[in-house]
Amino acid sequence: MDFLNALVAILNFVVIPAAAYGAQLALGALGVTLIYGILRFSNFAHGDTMAFGTGLVILVTWGLQALGISLGPLPVALLALPIGIVLCSVFVLGTDRVVYRFYRKKKSEPIIMVMASVGVMFVMNGLTRLLIGVDEIRFDDGARFLISVQDFKAWTGLTEGLALRLSQALTLVVTALCCWALFRFLNKSRSGKAMRAYADNEDLALLSGIDPERIVRLTWIIATALAVTAGTLYGLDKSFKAFNYFQILLPIFAAAIVGGLGSPLGAVAGGFIVAFSEVAVTYPWKKIATYLGFQPEGLLQLLSTEYKFAVSFVILIVVLLFRPTGLFRGKAY
Amino acid sequence: MAEPYLSASAMRGGYGKADILNGCTLTVDQGQIAVIVGPNGAGKSTAMKAVFGMLNLREGSVKLGGEDITGLTPQQRVHKGMGFVPQTHNIFPTMTVEENLEMGAFIRTDDYRETIEQVYHLFPAVADKRKQNAGELSGGQRQQVAVGRALMTKPRLLMLDEPTAGVSPIVMDELFDRIIEVARTGISILMVEQNARQALEIADIGYVLVQGTNRYTDSGKALMADPEVRRTFLGG
Repeated sequence: MDFLNALVAILNFVVIPAAAYGAQLALGALGVTLIYGILRFSNFAHGDTMAFGTGLVILVTWGLQALGISLGPLPVALLALPIGIVLCSVFVLGTDRVVYRFYRKKKSEPIIMVMASVGVMFVMNGLTRLLIGVDEIRFDDGARFLISVQDFKAWTGLTEGLALRLSQALTLVVTALCCWALFRFLNKSRSGKAMRAYADNEDLALLSGIDPERIVRLTWIIATALAVTAGTLYGLDKSFKAFNYFQILLPIFAAAIVGGLGSPLGAVAGGFIVAFSEVAVTYPWKKIATYLGFQPEGLLQLLSTEYKFAVSFVILIVVLLFRPTGLFRGKAY
Repeated sequence: MAEPYLSASAMRGGYGKADILNGCTLTVDQGQIAVIVGPNGAGKSTAMKAVFGMLNLREGSVKLGGEDITGLTPQQRVHKGMGFVPQTHNIFPTMTVEENLEMGAFIRTDDYRETIEQVYHLFPAVADKRKQNAGELSGGQRQQVAVGRALMTKPRLLMLDEPTAGVSPIVMDELFDRIIEVARTGISILMVEQNARQALEIADIGYVLVQGTNRYTDSGKALMADPEVRRTFLGG
């Protein structure tokens, strides 16, 4: 019985939250890795693209709610998401037109593109604040729990409870669908293959008649769709706060680098690796140890949660020192 | 006499201020194999790039099938029937052999499966590895994939920039045999080669370039027999 309690506690406090968080990071890292592979620079504005896009989704959500639209148990934000993606894509394509295209035509060094993206990041950062403010916003409606602690205890008779929030289940389902669609697109469709060809060998892609500007636009749109989806899921799961999306940039980059920059599969794996490490290191294991018959003196928490970003940093440094190309052999420009 | 299929005449131009090509002329007839040889820095690859439009010409013209294409970009020339195999970076390494061929056919809107089968027929070694990433193949097989990719647009003129660079002599012979086979189907071949002797043996016409101009032009056999050419360029 105690063993089962320990198992449930691990599921409830580590596996489920880390899986949801990992899925959100994976979606973010997929966008970073696609832009890195095809546009050949690390896009620092990605976190703020998430924030800006999520802000748009929230505005559309409010609009839909004002119209009296409801999705029953599901959050209305799900309906607002496609509209948010379209609006945010238009904005991002605008930044490409105004900022990045200039450097691309000049064949600038990647570091110049990176610095340009830092500028775009600050602009988007400010725009997001103007658009929706700096306060914490909760925009999840519909049902809160798929499984609540009381129900779980009543069903199983265990002392330890387990909760599965709808936003967590939604995150996992939507992420799985996005990954499935993305990998299918990249591996089966003509445009997806052209994107991979362009990432592999730009000059030869050009010789084969692939239009680079079209590939670039497609990449921005896909990366933005993934970013806004990730941002919305993160906001539904935890609440929206513009600054949080700036902070989440670090674990996202850690995830993309752990997996190997430019490798979509690596980005997904990296997202889960970073999330599980972060949660496992900052969770106090005392309760679980007690169930298993130990009598620990402390909380058995390796790192206080305020320092969770240190985990991403450590993973980043270790990977860059010992396997700079990442788990799935990415590339470096 | 009918005009040759490719006729690049009196080409003059270079990358910066100094010209690399100083009035170089290259012609290839239908189904012919033309080989450009010459010492290092003679402008062999540059001449080929000029034919393909990767270099702006100050003077001279390029005609393909009687049509003046001097002002066209390389991409437009692919549409006109030119295929180009660069010396390096000529495949998509993380894509499968089959996907490489599909990308070669990117501009085609018709059914290209038959062309893929023809390429596999020509290169049985890579046909066995169609699901494998091209970057994992041996040097010779990668070259075969590169040539196959260029053949996917069904070009009338195939240009090869040192196709045998870095492959073993056995693989080189094999590759030359395949190139002869390609030429027999009516495709014209223009090729730059370091391995001058072997290349001239299969050449219908050979160009010896020196400092961006034609020094000798003759059939491959005649150039091989010319004591002057042998002594100066083929090492005796």
